[in-house]
Amino acid sequence: MKVVLQNLTKKFPSRNKKSGDEVIAVNNFNFEIPDGKLIGLLGPSGCGKSTALNLISGLIEPTSGKIFFGDDDVTHLPPENRGVGLVFQSYALYPHLTVKQNIMFPLQNLKGSERPSREEMERRVLEAARLVQIEALMDRKPGEMSGGQQQRVAIARAVVKMPKVLLLDEPLSNLDARLRLQTREEIRRIQRDTGITTVFVTHDQEEAMSISDMIVVMKDGVVQQIGRPQDVYDSPVNLFVSKFLGTPPINVFEGKVGGGRLHIGGEAVLDVPGAPDGSVFVGIRPEGFVLDENGPFTCQLTGVEVMGRDISVVCRHAANAQTAAIRAIISAENRPKDSAKDVRFALKPYKVFLFGRDSEERIEFQTPKR
Amino acid sequence: MANSNDFDRIGRASRSRRALVRAITYFLLTFWALMVLFPYYWMLLTSVKSYSAYNSEYVPTFFTLSPTFENYASAFSEVPLARYFMNSILFTVVTTALMMLVIVPAAFAFARLEFRGKNLVFSLFLALMMIPNELVIITNYQTITGWGLRNSFAGLILPSVTSVFYIYLLRENFAQIPDELYNAAKVDGTTDLKYLTRVMMPICKPTIITIVILKVIECWNSYVWPRLVTDDPAYFLVSNGIQEIRENGFGRENIPAMMAAVVVISVPLIALFLIFRNKVMAGVSRGGIKG
Amino acid sequence: MANKANNLKGWLYLLPAILFLGFFMVYPLVDVFIYSFEEGYNSASQTFFGVGLYNYSYVLHDPYFLQALKNTFILVVITVPLSTVIALLISVGLNSITPLKKLYQTVYFLPYVTNTLAVGLVFMILFKKTAYTDGLANLILAWFGKGPVDFIDGPYWAKMFVLCFYTIWAVMPFKVLILTSALASVNQDYYNAAKVDGTSPFRVFRKITLPMISPMIFYLVITGFIGAFKAYSDAVALFGTNLNAAEMNTIVGYVYDMLYGDSGGYPSYASAAAILLFAVVFTITLINLSISKKNVHY
Repeated sequence: MKVVLQNLTKKFPSRNKKSGDEVIAVNNFNFEIPDGKLIGLLGPSGCGKSTALNLISGLIEPTSGKIFFGDDDVTHLPPENRGVGLVFQSYALYPHLTVKQNIMFPLQNLKGSERPSREEMERRVLEAARLVQIEALMDRKPGEMSGGQQQRVAIARAVVKMPKVLLLDEPLSNLDARLRLQTREEIRRIQRDTGITTVFVTHDQEEAMSISDMIVVMKDGVVQQIGRPQDVYDSPVNLFVSKFLGTPPINVFEGKVGGGRLHIGGEAVLDVPGAPDGSVFVGIRPEGFVLDENGPFTCQLTGVEVMGRDISVVCRHAANAQTAAIRAIISAENRPKDSAKDVRFALKPYKVFLFGRDSEERIEFQTPKR
Repeated sequence: MANSNDFDRIGRASRSRRALVRAITYFLLTFWALMVLFPYYWMLLTSVKSYSAYNSEYVPTFFTLSPTFENYASAFSEVPLARYFMNSILFTVVTTALMMLVIVPAAFAFARLEFRGKNLVFSLFLALMMIPNELVIITNYQTITGWGLRNSFAGLILPSVTSVFYIYLLRENFAQIPDELYNAAKVDGTTDLKYLTRVMMPICKPTIITIVILKVIECWNSYVWPRLVTDDPAYFLVSNGIQEIRENGFGRENIPAMMAAVVVISVPLIALFLIFRNKVMAGVSRGGIKG
Repeated sequence: MANKANNLKGWLYLLPAILFLGFFMVYPLVDVFIYSFEEGYNSASQTFFGVGLYNYSYVLHDPYFLQALKNTFILVVITVPLSTVIALLISVGLNSITPLKKLYQTVYFLPYVTNTLAVGLVFMILFKKTAYTDGLANLILAWFGKGPVDFIDGPYWAKMFVLCFYTIWAVMPFKVLILTSALASVNQDYYNAAKVDGTSPFRVFRKITLPMISPMIFYLVITGFIGAFKAYSDAVALFGTNLNAAEMNTIVGYVYDMLYGDSGGYPSYASAAAILLFAVVFTITLINLSISKKNVHY
């Protein structure tokens, strides 16, 4: 089932009642979620991504705009009639019911002809439990299970009624690091197995990039960019998106374009044919640096962080436009001498992005073929 | 697959159903609110009806066009209402103050000090929490009578001073204060008593206020014990005063005057409640374990 | 040495509490059992004839006690379930609204801070039928074409009705307060999850709300039983101090009347009655606890 959001807007009254202002949690959303895909709604906390999810689920009604499931306008339809499955950040498993009873709960809500027979219910509950691999824990209560297991039960409960759309709100945030890796693979697998259109919300870019077919990057209620994770990473539309994706994060410098050349701190570091003259922010991905004794870009070396296969060269530069140090990821074989004071780099053109100094929007230039 | 028209209809139906449920909810809530408020309204209404007007109403009227305050005057002049009032205030203030003097050090000892037999005594205290007042009141009556304290403030106050439950409540709160604070104070040379009054009590102020409020409500409304140990109206508290007014005051059933007295008696606590609304409600729901 | 000083200090801080509790709780607790077994105790001379169960047997054969027992049981059986159910309905309603919620909560709490005797007097006036007026309750009855009934000095059922009505009115604030905060502490996600699953409101109430707040409900039932068994001032407020004459005495009322009042000074009988009362309350509390263990989840 494809999901279409059309001019979707949600305003909340401000918490400060006297000012009378409204908070626009979701501002004029327009996008289409293709059928059977896994979509990550990504953004820093407070960007409105959970609000967007709740709008799709029907728990809150939009101020304006429309939501379509397939060709049906579901904007004013209550959640129970939409056929969505929702997994909560807190899981919201009923503590007094066993795993089996929890998973069966949505089926028992069905009435009349929709209500499956007792055997059918049992079959579907077992099927859902198998899907998330908890069929051995059917008689436990949520309190007797680990966070990861509870998460699986929550997913099973959401998929048991075969929803048209599955929604997950920060599904991994309550898990420890190891479980998080494992569970995100699991979510990917479950989504592939069932083919249910799935939307999940996260503030963790790595999580979103690793499993999504498509990511939607949000900031302050406004969609910044939509696309396949690799595309968004390789071609961010603005400074915010470029900074939000990637670990270690992109390095940002203040620079100037003049006569088709990019200058950072007086040095001409790269040819940028086609870019107009003016002040810019320069974003350079950590993997965009190449150690080169004759390279045009000079930084003061402050240290080297060992990561095994790669090393991270930590440097300082006068034109650095961020508080964090500059990090360049290079192969461990090319480790610079510890005694070196300065390091010189050449830059990979397709790992360098220019953004307008005021607009922070991307400025394109022609890059040589890779 | 249903078409959009169906979806519209379902959406509308669910909205109107919600509106109906809301209307019924408000109706029932308002109904109960009126049930609660009505006796208060009646009390006020009757208290401003004149004696003759009230008695001539065979069918009671729901409002009056000629309110009078003469009943309030006679409530103070014909029965010693002012005395009952003062007695209750005295009783409440002294009992509450004495209780704080007793329970604060006890809670402090249990929460902070280390001494032999502490755990045993604390267990005994906890066991006492389960003892209902009705069991011990019989002997207390005998004791107070034996000491010749009937019809005296000492007799009224002494058995009402302690409460195991409040000691427990306060101890739990004291115990939550981190040890580091105590150790820091010790290093600075603070005495235990100073630590209690300067550090612990200010930190636990909400609990202390809760206890005071609960005790004040309890004192103001207490009836059973005062009834047992006083039969001289000079020592009556408001509850006994009401009972006395009902049975002997105002001659022949002067109900408007009685109601005026009742209003006067009810106002202080209601005013206190309206001022400290949140504290009172939080206190009662926290301290409500006391059956 | 320091240890010894510490010991002393600890006991010193406890001393006032121990003195008061010793005199007015521990000693009386022991004494009440002694009283209850001393036969023919005379308050004036402080003498008794023998030791035995006569006091208990006397109390159990006293028609006033049996009447009080019957009244108390009826009161308990009617008011505890009824007040809990009504409080639950009110709390659920209160929890589902936002505008005016605070106002309703404040109003509902008023009876808790009002003197029982004072409002009891108002209830008495509302329900009493005198030569001058039938009273307000009868006015309402008349609207439905029912004849006047004297609820205060009239038939037994009418008096019991008023007593139950007033008791429910008076215990409601506490129950509503406890249940409202219990309901408010249920994680909203459960309700959202149920909504997405299309759970009917009734099923949400039965399958989610009730189990989630069941510990508090059982707590209220238990304290409700204990409170109702100890009913006394409500009855006094409505029917005056001579409850035996009004056939409206309660067990606690019987204890006090035995101690002092019209029947005058029989601490032995009072003790026996008090101990009987607490045997009953204790048993019922145990039964309640065992039922709640079976039914309260997690």
